[in-house]
Amino acid sequence: MSNPAVAQPIHDTLKSGRRVALKRWLPSVLLPMLGILAFLLFWQLVAGSIDTSLGKFPGPAQVASQFSGLIDEHQREQKRADAFFERQEVRNVAKLAKDPDAKVRIRAYTGKPTFFKQIVTSLYTVLTGFVIASLIAIPLGIVCGLSKAIYSAINPLIQIFKPVSPLAWLPLVTIVVSAVYTSSDPMFAKSFVTSAVTVALCCLWPTVINTTVGVANLDKDLQNVSRVLSLSPLSHVRHIVLPAAIPMIFTGLRLSLATGWMVLIAAEMLAQNPGLGKFIWDEFQNGSSNSLGRIMVAVIVIGLLGFVLDRLMLMLQRYVSWDKNADLR
Amino acid sequence: MPNTTARRCLLHKTVLGCAAALLLTPLSLQMANAAAPEKDELTLGFIKLTDMAPLAIAYEKGFFEDEGLYVTLQAQANWKILLDRVITGELDGAHMLAGQPLGATIGYGTKAQVVTAFSMDLNGNGITLSNTVWEEMKKHVPMENGKPVHPIKADALKPVIEQYKAQGKPFNLGMVFPVSTHNYELRYWLAAGGINPGYYAPARGDITGTLNADALLSVTPPPQMPATLEAGTIDGYSVGEPWNQAAVYKGIGVPVVTDYEIWKNNPEKVLGVSKAWADANPETHKRLVKALIRAGMWLDANDNANRLEAVQILSRPEYVGADAEVIANSMTGTFEYEKGDKRAVPDFNVFFRYNATYPYYSDAIWYLTQMRRWGQISEAKPDSWYFDIAKQVYLPEVYQAAAAELVAEGKAKAEDFPAAGEEGFRAPTSEFIDGLTYDGRTPNAYINQFKIGLKPDSVL
Repeated sequence: MSNPAVAQPIHDTLKSGRRVALKRWLPSVLLPMLGILAFLLFWQLVAGSIDTSLGKFPGPAQVASQFSGLIDEHQREQKRADAFFERQEVRNVAKLAKDPDAKVRIRAYTGKPTFFKQIVTSLYTVLTGFVIASLIAIPLGIVCGLSKAIYSAINPLIQIFKPVSPLAWLPLVTIVVSAVYTSSDPMFAKSFVTSAVTVALCCLWPTVINTTVGVANLDKDLQNVSRVLSLSPLSHVRHIVLPAAIPMIFTGLRLSLATGWMVLIAAEMLAQNPGLGKFIWDEFQNGSSNSLGRIMVAVIVIGLLGFVLDRLMLMLQRYVSWDKNADLR
Repeated sequence: MPNTTARRCLLHKTVLGCAAALLLTPLSLQMANAAAPEKDELTLGFIKLTDMAPLAIAYEKGFFEDEGLYVTLQAQANWKILLDRVITGELDGAHMLAGQPLGATIGYGTKAQVVTAFSMDLNGNGITLSNTVWEEMKKHVPMENGKPVHPIKADALKPVIEQYKAQGKPFNLGMVFPVSTHNYELRYWLAAGGINPGYYAPARGDITGTLNADALLSVTPPPQMPATLEAGTIDGYSVGEPWNQAAVYKGIGVPVVTDYEIWKNNPEKVLGVSKAWADANPETHKRLVKALIRAGMWLDANDNANRLEAVQILSRPEYVGADAEVIANSMTGTFEYEKGDKRAVPDFNVFFRYNATYPYYSDAIWYLTQMRRWGQISEAKPDSWYFDIAKQVYLPEVYQAAAAELVAEGKAKAEDFPAAGEEGFRAPTSEFIDGLTYDGRTPNAYINQFKIGLKPDSVL
């Protein structure tokens, strides 16, 4: 850098580059970090001053330690499961030695589902319910969007059922499922079917409505193109309607998934079906000094998973959308 | 998981054995081993209370597995859901209130045939009042060396209730289920102190149980008792452990009396199964009882030497889940009344001694007399009816078969169990808080003794 005439412009470029970098980083990383930090600080301060009958409200540090406690518990349970299967092996071998024709088999583990197993159950249930709902809602929405007559016929029903709380559906679903879904060796547990159907019932509406709007507001130019090419109704839907309505359909799907996730936790709590909701309820009933911390862990995990699910839907939308430059958020 | 068998096969490479397992028909199995359990994968329900201990111990100590049973234990939200699930078959059996199989069989509440061959424990309950009620009540309790004289009688509560009445406020108490032991114990204690807990009149469609009541009793699930008391919805409650000790620990209430003081060594929970299940699975049922007898013996062995270990097991979140120190209070033979007033109650939880686990007809009949006393049974019944119902619901023959096998296997001694010739009745006892004598052979004469309560021929 001996020649100032050369060094100065380089220096300026670097400086402005840094400013640009700062400008880009400030909103996307620094500000969220600042927000989270401020929240943690606020949480810690407030938690220390809330005295409950189960001890002080847990702050971030206690919740973190409860989280690692849950991981330990999971690992311990894993070991117990292994020991359980080993005991069965030994017993079966002994049985076969005594009587070579004896029927032996390995039974499923009888221990408790850990926190992480409950997470998997909840995710599996919500996705099943969501897929069922989407398979009904998207075609229904397209039909409603294409035909004013059908829309007028169905709209009142949509409007009436849309605001119904999942908890109102739950008793009905439970009773109907246990009456209708009978089989000696069912493929799915009844509790799973109940939860998934409840989720599906509540997931339907945002997708139906948004798909309808997306399809109904089809650009006149696009409709004309379809008419000029004289596309069959099916290819009209496939090549013109669907691509144009994708953004709205996805808006609906994302709303549906978020609703479904919220509904599921409530349903699991009320119906005592396996999953995160049941975990929270059990901890509430335990009322031990760890309970509040463990419930907070579940709350945060539920939030994070909801966020991740939404991001996944956004990625899916980017992937299927024809307009890669659209500003999606 | 339906494919678990296949998966474990791959994991453990016992391909031959598993293939045989998949090929062999159940018929050839039955021929190979006549005494195999009819059903070896079972789900048993329980409520988060320390007296579910025999189930947890039988699981943790491998007693179920020793009998070839693979049991999953599942906590239930409340007694109603638990009973319904046993009736529909979702649960193979459950930790039940002694009154539940009786109530279901006579059709009070859900009508269904539910039976029991195993009593799970004696005692184990207490009555807790809120701090404010206790402050008022304490003025009327006799004291000695600055501490209340026990047992505390409901006579001391009466002036407090009269105060409430004068102010036009209802006096609300929580109990866990209409046919629960806690309901009858709370009623017994209140009535012994001259407080009318109210009648049921199912014939008139009134099943609230608050007819002519001085204190209004209502249902709250056990684990929610402390939270409901804290919220002020109720002024006290009658519940099993650890929920009385939890009130002391949290500083929200004071246990005033235990059920041991109301009726010394009263029968508490049972293992309830539906009659259809018991008929279809006699061998499984017997094995279940065997495992539970061993669990009861373990819990009471060497003067409660194993209780601390039991407390550690029960404090796990999948069982009772409360803090170990709270559970330990009552499980290890002490009971904390007012904070700091810890007294020895060695028999607070009895799981085996005094023939605790034997299904005596007289235990069933006592609950039936209380159902009649408070109007849940709406009309007078002859003594023979009481005996009939007890024999329908309580199955000492299953217990005897289980006990005989344990003796034969050297896992128990014959003298651990009631003598062979016993007829199902405990000796008459007057160890009640009001000193009245109960003889299970004369139910109507017993009902006649109570000052507060329906007489054999009264109708509401």
